[in-house]
Amino acid sequence: MVTIASADRIAFKPNWWARAGWIALAVYIVYACSLLDFTWTRFMVGLDNGARFIGRMFPPNFSRWEILTKGLAESLEIAVLASALGILVSLPIGLLASRNLMPAWVTWPARMFIALCRSFHPVIVAIVFVKAIGFGALSGIAALTVASIGFIGKLFAEAIEEISLKQVEAVRATGASFMNVITYGVLPQVFGRFIGFGTYQLDSNLRNSTMVGIVGAGGIGGALFAAFQRFDYDFVCAMLLAIIFLIFVGEVIATRVRAIFLERGKVDEE
Amino acid sequence: MSTATLEARTWRRFTPAQRLARFAVYLAMVTAIVVSIQNIEVIPEFLLDAPEQMADLFKRMWPIAFAYYPKGVHEALIETLHIATLGTIMAAVMAFPIGLMAANNITPSRTLNAIARLLLVSSRSVNSLVWALLFVAIFGPGALAGTLAIAFRSIGFVGKLVGDAVEEANQGTIEALHAVGAPWLSVLTKGYWPQIQPAFWSVVLFRWDINVRESAVLGLVGGGGIGMALDTAMNLFQWDRVAMVLLAIFAVVIVAEIIVTQIRKRII
Repeated sequence: MVTIASADRIAFKPNWWARAGWIALAVYIVYACSLLDFTWTRFMVGLDNGARFIGRMFPPNFSRWEILTKGLAESLEIAVLASALGILVSLPIGLLASRNLMPAWVTWPARMFIALCRSFHPVIVAIVFVKAIGFGALSGIAALTVASIGFIGKLFAEAIEEISLKQVEAVRATGASFMNVITYGVLPQVFGRFIGFGTYQLDSNLRNSTMVGIVGAGGIGGALFAAFQRFDYDFVCAMLLAIIFLIFVGEVIATRVRAIFLERGKVDEE
Repeated sequence: MSTATLEARTWRRFTPAQRLARFAVYLAMVTAIVVSIQNIEVIPEFLLDAPEQMADLFKRMWPIAFAYYPKGVHEALIETLHIATLGTIMAAVMAFPIGLMAANNITPSRTLNAIARLLLVSSRSVNSLVWALLFVAIFGPGALAGTLAIAFRSIGFVGKLVGDAVEEANQGTIEALHAVGAPWLSVLTKGYWPQIQPAFWSVVLFRWDINVRESAVLGLVGGGGIGMALDTAMNLFQWDRVAMVLLAIFAVVIVAEIIVTQIRKRII
């Protein structure tokens, strides 16, 4: 009994690797802060500015509501059309990218394409489209369509890869054509999840469609950026409140739609 | 008899209410699309011009200005990575108290829970570019504004997870710690922390990956990083440099994704 070494009695042994990790993290934070020139004085000056800034934001100014509603409506239209187009294009591409139905020489290019669409932020894609198609909502639609393909295409492919191949085989055994195998063997298995992805993407597109205007691709973002540059902060506040409200409503609707379509999905999983 | 009743019955997959709800959703979708197409402003001249403009754009982007990388892009790229990393760390630090406040078993007060949830939701519903605009207005243009924008955008994401994970934690160890009279800090660090750790690191890594992408655009509104280089090159119509910047962003995003998947595979 007495021979137990005192170190064995420590309930929680020190984990030196974890401690070294925390120290490395602390060192990194100090190093990065000095590199990016974060200083306390800058922070304090900023807080003063912040107080003045918030003072000027309130009360929000809704007097130019025509600009606001027009911008919001355009953002909404961009989001709807980009989601619709994105889903439409993602369906075949997601199918091509699913490795259980397609040969490798088809899935590779499809996967590369999806990865390419995913890797740029929608605002950067919007810049390229603004140059190509010009200012306006069309560039926004194009940019968000690309973003949607990157996101939904990947999820579609993953969903299709997880299906049960027994049903596909059964449909194929009846002598069904390729399209019939897809519509009766594959789609019914993934439809519920597709709806989920679609509503999620609509939600995400709605958020981004309020931003692509910063680079001139339509929607309320242009007006927001302009108001910021004119120090028109009470109007900025009004627009931000409107955007948050719109996104909130969008989220509620998306949850409702998902509830309607996923009732069966839950039963399936059990 | 029984066969007759079976034949008489029509089998349907959904109840009438379900079918009605589904039909309503389809109708709403089609209406939304049709209304959007009718109202959207499209300038046909621009559209006809698009292929030509696109070809022109790629012609101007080629050859990519690789010589510009050492003097104009490298530093900005490193800054972007620092913004993403520091922003994620800051978010993780700030997400902890708010996440704990949102968890009912740590903070047994419905009002405080609701306040914390509201903070988390508002952090998530404001886009990182808007956060950046706000912080640029407060702290002036630069990496500080960008880092804070990334941090504030990520709090909601990480904090929600911390709150949920704490609420779902297994109460066995917690009770054992309480039974031996451990102070609350020990209960947190030895009871809850080991349980939420895997999910926490996984979500932080995931968020870091997203933040690398997002921090690349913050420079467009003055938030520092590689977006600044992109903005300058675009304003001067130096499309070969724009191509260089885009290539750099692409490479960094891919590398970040590979790093995150590798770490997740090994550790979690």
